[in-house]
Amino acid sequence: MKKIIRILIAKPGLDGHDRGAKYVARALKDAGYEVIYTGIRQTPEAIVKTAIQEDVDFVGLSLLSGAHNELFPKVVRLLREQQAGDIIVFGGGVIPDVDIPQLKVSGIETVFTPGTPIADVIQFIEANRERVSQ
Amino acid sequence: MTDFAERILRGDVRAIARAISWIENNRPEKESLIDELFPHCGNAQVWGITGPPGAGKSTLLDKIIELERGRQKKVAVIAVDPSSPFSGGAILGDRLRMQSHATDEGVFIRSMASRGHLGGVAQATCDAIKVLDAAGFDLIAVETIGVGQTEIEVVELSDLVLLVLVPGLGDEIQAMKAGVMEIGDIFVVNKMDRDGALKLKAEIEYVLGIQFADHPENMKPIVMTAASMNEGIDDLLTAIDGYVAKISQNGSLQDKRKSRLKSEIRQIFTQKVSAHVNRKYDFENRLDEWVDAVYRKKNGPYSLINEKLNLFLRECNWL
Amino acid sequence: MPESKNLDDQRKSWESAVVKKVTDKNPERKKEFTTGSWIPVKRVHLPSITTDAEYSEKLGFPGEYPFTRGVQPTMYRGRFWTMRQYAGFGTAEESNERYKFLMSQGQTGLSIAFDLPTQIGYDSDDPHSEGEVGKVGVAIDTLRDMEILFDGIPLDKVSTSMTINAPAAVLLAMYIAVAEKQGVSKQEINGTIQNDILKEYMARGTYIFPPKPSLRLITNIFEYCAKEVPKWNTISISGYHIREAGSTAVQEVAFTLADGIEYVKAAIKAGMDVDAFADRLSFFFNSHNDLLEEVAKFRAARRIWAKIMKDKFQAKSPKSMMLRFHTQTGGSTLTAQQPDNNIVRVAIQTLAAVLGGTQSLHTNSRDEALGLPTEDAVRIALRTQQIVAYESGVTNSIDPLAGSFLVESLTDKIESEVWKYIDKIEEFGGMVRAIENGFVQKEIQDAAYKYQREIESGERVIIGVNKFTVKLETPKDILKVDPGLRNIQIQKIADVRKTRNADAVKSFLNELRDGTKHAEVNLMPLILDAVREYATLGEICNVLRDEFGEYQESIVL
Repeated sequence: MKKIIRILIAKPGLDGHDRGAKYVARALKDAGYEVIYTGIRQTPEAIVKTAIQEDVDFVGLSLLSGAHNELFPKVVRLLREQQAGDIIVFGGGVIPDVDIPQLKVSGIETVFTPGTPIADVIQFIEANRERVSQ
Repeated sequence: MTDFAERILRGDVRAIARAISWIENNRPEKESLIDELFPHCGNAQVWGITGPPGAGKSTLLDKIIELERGRQKKVAVIAVDPSSPFSGGAILGDRLRMQSHATDEGVFIRSMASRGHLGGVAQATCDAIKVLDAAGFDLIAVETIGVGQTEIEVVELSDLVLLVLVPGLGDEIQAMKAGVMEIGDIFVVNKMDRDGALKLKAEIEYVLGIQFADHPENMKPIVMTAASMNEGIDDLLTAIDGYVAKISQNGSLQDKRKSRLKSEIRQIFTQKVSAHVNRKYDFENRLDEWVDAVYRKKNGPYSLINEKLNLFLRECNWL
Repeated sequence: MPESKNLDDQRKSWESAVVKKVTDKNPERKKEFTTGSWIPVKRVHLPSITTDAEYSEKLGFPGEYPFTRGVQPTMYRGRFWTMRQYAGFGTAEESNERYKFLMSQGQTGLSIAFDLPTQIGYDSDDPHSEGEVGKVGVAIDTLRDMEILFDGIPLDKVSTSMTINAPAAVLLAMYIAVAEKQGVSKQEINGTIQNDILKEYMARGTYIFPPKPSLRLITNIFEYCAKEVPKWNTISISGYHIREAGSTAVQEVAFTLADGIEYVKAAIKAGMDVDAFADRLSFFFNSHNDLLEEVAKFRAARRIWAKIMKDKFQAKSPKSMMLRFHTQTGGSTLTAQQPDNNIVRVAIQTLAAVLGGTQSLHTNSRDEALGLPTEDAVRIALRTQQIVAYESGVTNSIDPLAGSFLVESLTDKIESEVWKYIDKIEEFGGMVRAIENGFVQKEIQDAAYKYQREIESGERVIIGVNKFTVKLETPKDILKVDPGLRNIQIQKIADVRKTRNADAVKSFLNELRDGTKHAEVNLMPLILDAVREYATLGEICNVLRDEFGEYQESIVL
């Protein structure tokens, strides 16, 4: 039987725009995943602790306030420091294309920019299913 | 002892979380792990918290965690939510109301989806409790929505059950299945600042009064709280402490734990026998033929089943 | 009045005789046609206002109850709407430059955007502010930053709108203090603070304190300004963000007006007479793509609010019944793909707002989905307003779409749907209760989900996103905020701390703390005292946080 994939959808920083995160969470549930959603205003520390306790396979970070260059890499760094670097981190929100290469260098697997169909997100998760099923 | 088990006993969060995943995914390795951890179980108190959606269970738990941490207790929470019967997925959002404790080393919160197993989620929760118990948590709280059979099972695996109700949700006592009312050990009227709180308390007293008419000394406590305003939580913990002391003294706590173990063992054994039979007998495939026969009315259902059962028992040399 | 039976019959025979011949061979594009918010729309609409009595009851004249056609008797024939572009980023110096640029390009009012730490009452040196300083607006930590923000801008000559909610009292106090230093009395200053906490809980997320103390701060501001700052709009009751969170047009109006009801009730409960403060309530709506629905929405909103103030609250002064509003074009409708298309969308949305009778307007820039607007982009946005004002002719007569059969029908329909929501919220016991219950959040989320599914399936077309897509390179010239900004601000705070009177600050903060413990004390003067001595925003808000507690988001999907 296919393992049920667990995904944490988190909003780091002070940004309160949760329409996108809530839509993605609900759509991923409809696609058969277990989604932990922790609401707005999560510190990177809280996100990482949550990811570890919930033993998630993926963490999706949503941010529209421009703080992604600081906060996204911090989440990856903290995960690695706590021996959880195998958790796959992806991002979404208002993130200029020009910032994406550096985010990837710092460990963000991929970034979904505005207008991305949810099918793309699901495809990404399924493409990485093998990796997380160790 | 395996390295994995040792890490859990030391309280390694990643190991605890991974063990719970093994349990949720029913990995065969979980069995020897749990056997290794089992001698270290028995210290934790297990509280079940249930009630209708909107009762404020998570907010209440959030405040309970705060007070218990103040008493230097390590707290674990298992928050159970239903999986979608259509997609099999779930949104697990209970921990949102407890996130202020996300970075506290002495708090562990895990969200579990029911995954559509009738009775299955109860077993997974039972095993997860053992892991958390062995890892050194003093209090393990299991939170579920109090509707449906699955939730009742989950709550039955605790030492005591807090049933959380709120005024203004309609005639919720009648609306809640009778079974749920009976398993509550302590009743909490939350959002006591609302209209109808006292009326609700009176309704509960009335129902309980009938239940305990012959033994009023066993009457269950009713506590009023307003969790979001941090009121009544001390009273609640006092009531719980009193109740735990009582059931420890009069032996009913031990009875409960034994009876829980009994149904656990019964359940696992039966499941394993059933699985064994299915495997050896290739049950699923044979079933299709039988369905065909009954559907075409060649046999009545019972006569076919009994006939096949007799054949099967003869095959196993049980007749 | 529903459409005439006779004409309705004629329409039916036209449909079965004439239309059917065409649709048998060429079916219409869809089975059903609805507005963007799913209100059904007919093939042709028929007159619904046919008598003078109906006209007087439903429409009336501009500047008169029920204000359906507009709140001013001359509207744009007297004066165009205020062209007020929301702006702010980085340091106070950078924002000051942008404001001067916008004024030089013909903008007629200021609109200040604050960064998230400021909106949530954190100083730039607070750990919570990491990564956020100066990103979505200007960073304001002390009165010093505010002085720089308005340097060279005469506060007796401009009106300023500040998008600030939970710490609105503090920013208002800072504005008053800056005006004082310019020699301008608070009796003279003109402007608005958003100050609408209920929608923060519902849709926007920049709350600090729980509802009860937040409402106290709001009513303190109403009371203080009624006497001391009489030209100030003390609140901008907002539907913009509710719509951005995914609500329908009906929900946008319903939840905004229900918020309004809650604020009016709170003020009356605090002892104010309705006519003493109601004329300074203002509103803030979205302007979305379905032009005709939007126009109907604005008209319905005016008519409903007038009825609420007159019937529910027994307001006597007509000024108390007028729904004056600012509009912003819908940010969430703009796309990252083919950004120039957004100029067209904004033009349509501008038309909708103007035909709907807005008092003030912000138009979004084409790079909305990519980042903060560049100078070029924001200039075009401003020109859009100016072209509609001067070149389109729609400003020559008031409420020009009145009498359109479709628009009047939609106005009526939106009104009746809004009343249903308002009644439902009253049943909950008001907006605070409805929010606690999660009712409004669920309505918004369900609408948002449905809308998004339609986009995913292609049923709702978004040009450039799910139809007529093109692989284009994204624009390179996006506004970037200097990441070293936080350190600059941290230094500024340190400098202020060196030169201010630390004892005075301490003393005033203690008085503020004391004041919070007594419900009858108005906190505005105490906040003003602290602000004048250069207490930081964070210091003031932390006192309030201690005493009032923090709001905890609780409702999920």
